[in-house]
Amino acid sequence: MEPFAYVRATSIQEATEAYASHPGARYIGGGTNLVDLMKHGVETPATLIDLTRLPLHDFQELPTGGLRVGACVSNTDLAVHPLVRTRYPVLSQALLAGASGQLRNVATVGGNLLQRTRCPYFQDVSKPCNKRQPGAGCAARDGLHRDHAVLGHSAHCIATHPSDMAVALAALDAEIELHDGEHGTRRVAAADFHRLPGDHPDQDTVIRPGEIVTAVLLPPLAPGAVSLYRKARDRASYAFALASVAAVLRLDDRRVRHVALAFGGLAHRPWRAATAEEHLTGAVPTDDAVGEAVDAELAAARPLRDNAFKVDLARNLARDVLATLARSAPGGAAPTGRRP
Amino acid sequence: MPTPPDGPSALGSPARRSEGHAKVTGAARYAAEHTPPDCAYAWPVPATIVRGRVTSVDIAAATAAPGVIGVLTPYDAPRLGTADDPTLHLLQDLSVPHRGWYVALAVADTPEGARAAAARVRVTYETDPHDVTLSADHPGVYTPAEANGGHPAHRRQGDPDAAFAAAPVRIDRAYAVPPLHNHPMEPHSATAAWDAERHHLTVHDSSQGAGAVRAALAALLNLAEEDITVVSEHVGGGFGSKGTPRPHVVLAAMASRHYGRPVKLALPRAHLPATVGHRAPTLHRIRLGARTDGTLTSLTHEVTTHTSRVREFVEQAAVPARIMYAVPDMRTTHRVVALDVPTPSWMRAPGEAPGMYALESAMDELADALGVDPIELRIRNEPRTEPDSGHPFSSRHLVECLREGAERFGWARCREPRRDGPYLIGSGVAAATYPVLVMPSTARAHARSDGRYLVEVNATDIGTGARTVLAQVAADALRVPLDRVTVAIGHTGLPAAPLAGGSSGTASWGWAVHDACTALTARLERHHGALPPGGLTASADTTQSAKQKSPYSRHAFGAHFAEVRVDTITGEVRVRRMLGVFAAGRILNPLTARSQFTGGMVMGIGMALTEHSTMDPQFGDFTESDLAAYHVPAHADVPAIEAHWIDEHDKHLNPMGSKGIGEIGIVGTAAAVANAFHHATGCRLRELPLTPDRVLAALGSAGP
Repeated sequence: MEPFAYVRATSIQEATEAYASHPGARYIGGGTNLVDLMKHGVETPATLIDLTRLPLHDFQELPTGGLRVGACVSNTDLAVHPLVRTRYPVLSQALLAGASGQLRNVATVGGNLLQRTRCPYFQDVSKPCNKRQPGAGCAARDGLHRDHAVLGHSAHCIATHPSDMAVALAALDAEIELHDGEHGTRRVAAADFHRLPGDHPDQDTVIRPGEIVTAVLLPPLAPGAVSLYRKARDRASYAFALASVAAVLRLDDRRVRHVALAFGGLAHRPWRAATAEEHLTGAVPTDDAVGEAVDAELAAARPLRDNAFKVDLARNLARDVLATLARSAPGGAAPTGRRP
Repeated sequence: MPTPPDGPSALGSPARRSEGHAKVTGAARYAAEHTPPDCAYAWPVPATIVRGRVTSVDIAAATAAPGVIGVLTPYDAPRLGTADDPTLHLLQDLSVPHRGWYVALAVADTPEGARAAAARVRVTYETDPHDVTLSADHPGVYTPAEANGGHPAHRRQGDPDAAFAAAPVRIDRAYAVPPLHNHPMEPHSATAAWDAERHHLTVHDSSQGAGAVRAALAALLNLAEEDITVVSEHVGGGFGSKGTPRPHVVLAAMASRHYGRPVKLALPRAHLPATVGHRAPTLHRIRLGARTDGTLTSLTHEVTTHTSRVREFVEQAAVPARIMYAVPDMRTTHRVVALDVPTPSWMRAPGEAPGMYALESAMDELADALGVDPIELRIRNEPRTEPDSGHPFSSRHLVECLREGAERFGWARCREPRRDGPYLIGSGVAAATYPVLVMPSTARAHARSDGRYLVEVNATDIGTGARTVLAQVAADALRVPLDRVTVAIGHTGLPAAPLAGGSSGTASWGWAVHDACTALTARLERHHGALPPGGLTASADTTQSAKQKSPYSRHAFGAHFAEVRVDTITGEVRVRRMLGVFAAGRILNPLTARSQFTGGMVMGIGMALTEHSTMDPQFGDFTESDLAAYHVPAHADVPAIEAHWIDEHDKHLNPMGSKGIGEIGIVGTAAAVANAFHHATGCRLRELPLTPDRVLAALGSAGP
């Protein structure tokens, strides 16, 4: 790898100032993805600014009942936190379905959000890739793309975002807190944090140069809301999702009061299934109703030569996850509180 | 002869690995963990075209960086002598026979510096059209002179076509196995130190055979073998990919001699698929003809595979069909096409692993067509003598393996597939076989005056437990407790011995160790009084005995049983339990043997379910080139695995009575899993691995 400078920041201000004064700098958290990319020559930062000493390691219960998670919290610590396990099981499940124990111990929340696609052409500098080098072309489109996107891809890029955690965050209506030295703090909905590739596949997210992910904010879930993550993969552990589903469901008198459904492994970002949610809201989540809603969502799918199976897989997963949640949600099959 | 069973036998006891403590504490040194003073580091530059020629190599940017010692290119690299293996003729000419072929070598003070320098080497090429795609009807397909292992490419008995046409029950199926990669845990690495004053090259290499490495380096570097020492003391797996000298050791030695400094070269994982061999993809067509009672009347196994344009290697996948079943009319054929691909090579059970996947899948299909239990079908076709050669078997206990396995697995209780919610559960069986191979070896045994014994043989322990088992062989022949014996292996200064390959190591080395220790015992018996200060020594050379052609057909056999769970929602297939029973002669150490069997079975799970490699038609490389993309089974993929063996006494093998056990564990495993998948779902997938995309498509086409 190319030589690079290393700066260890101990405050957010120090980090953003270091970024401003070091052209070609990149922030680094756990480094589980960035260091690999540096070894492959995909990333060649002149300076690494280490954020892991920043005071962003805390969990904070919010007055609203939500939870604020510092961006430097490890994936492991987030997955096993008692409040996460009890209030946001979908998030804990998603984290534990990702990577390996060793990687989760090192990987941070912020870094997880900012990891790059594992498209083999993106990771190989000897092959064209619009994400790595805009205008170079996309080798995956006519190449090997079984693992690539079926939703929201563009002529320029068919990559998927690899994070499991981000899919759960999208379904939880989480917010990403960002900070830069100039404008201070802003928040972006997790579902809007990652982009579709469009004309600029080199931009994975809406983060601005120099901005730091400082926290993830988990809103309180209404009483009775249940959640679940399910992932399909080529091997039982340590494999990226062929497709995954994160869902949150709350029923009231057997009807869907709130549903949030997000797909992983299908698109350049976690795919929040707004169409399906709209279909289901207010409906009784029978198998047919769920099936119709999911089909309506996946009607937008544009599979490539070798990945049409992902549409079936996503449909199966979503139907299974929603049916499972509908059975376990209070106010479901056995109506409560209405009998005299 | 073996020590009588009532004697104080070390053989057969579950002795723990003698180097186990050193390995788990990190004290054991592997090839890349030797760092001579002033050691430099090398990083090779792979070609980024599929076929053509180098037209220029610009090293200015690479060598401008501080700490870069130099860059060797095809224009200026030292000229090499000739080796048998053309994949070792590195940086000798400008041609590029496949993507990933090395076109330069950067050498620097640090590994990071070498890597950065390699990335800065600018190579230009002239490209030719390429072809990397294998198909059974490829116009370039030809029948080779022979398949790997010296097996005839083509064998025919009787008239299999007429017998097939006349058969009342017929199976005619195509199966496909993708390219597979050895991916040992320790990537290939070497540390080479050329001492100009002593005119001596010392190499620590990650190899399955230090002797073969020394011979290749001598030929390539125009040195005498005595000018070279190769050490392979600890090796982190090889699975065949370290069975022949590989480019890394040649480049390290070349650079060390050229720059006058020790040079270390550890290949990055992503280079392995293109440079250390792979299991070539195989396309199988199998035709089975049978009478309605299940008696086979015709068997044809045709294999089409690829090789590179550098060297012909033909995966001998139709060979196991020649010994498995009693069929009067049989044809087995290998065809190959040379493509612009990396050179395939040995991978655990070359030939048997893919061949028995296809054959044992077809047998399952035949059992299904006949409505006969698949175990019963195999028993009905058990041959009295080897079908191909007509020779009697030295021992053959396949039927016993099938029966004992059925009993232990509870086969009779799981003949009905089950449904458990969204899961379909089924079970399958397949037979396994692997030939008995033995190669000449020498060994030396030394009795020290302090009552201890030193046994020396240039064997290699690639993680199998060979060092430990050889001590057991020695202890028995010496009739002393195991803890009095020290074994020295993995060094060309030791008595010459063959490589660890073909499941032949223990038989080959053990035979020589046995003979040396037996001779030493005789010397000790004749010796009266205290031993001289220098002790006593005896040597052995098994060239005569090991080369003697056996009148017997000698093979190990086994039976695999697998129960799988198919998730109809996701298409995920997971093995719930797996059991193997093997007949492999005398088991010399149940602890290390079980590890060999189950290790092979885990690799078989990978072959069946997860390990997928794709030759990219445009770029000419294997796309899944790291362990995140090439899915070897993770712990979560591996259920409780049982390996058992039957007590097999075979007098026609070697003094220990052992057959090789390193490879048979992967033979037939994938068929057992695939057959279980069929049992569970009613769908037959004839291409490995059984990944969710294929499974969902199959389940979908079969209806909900």
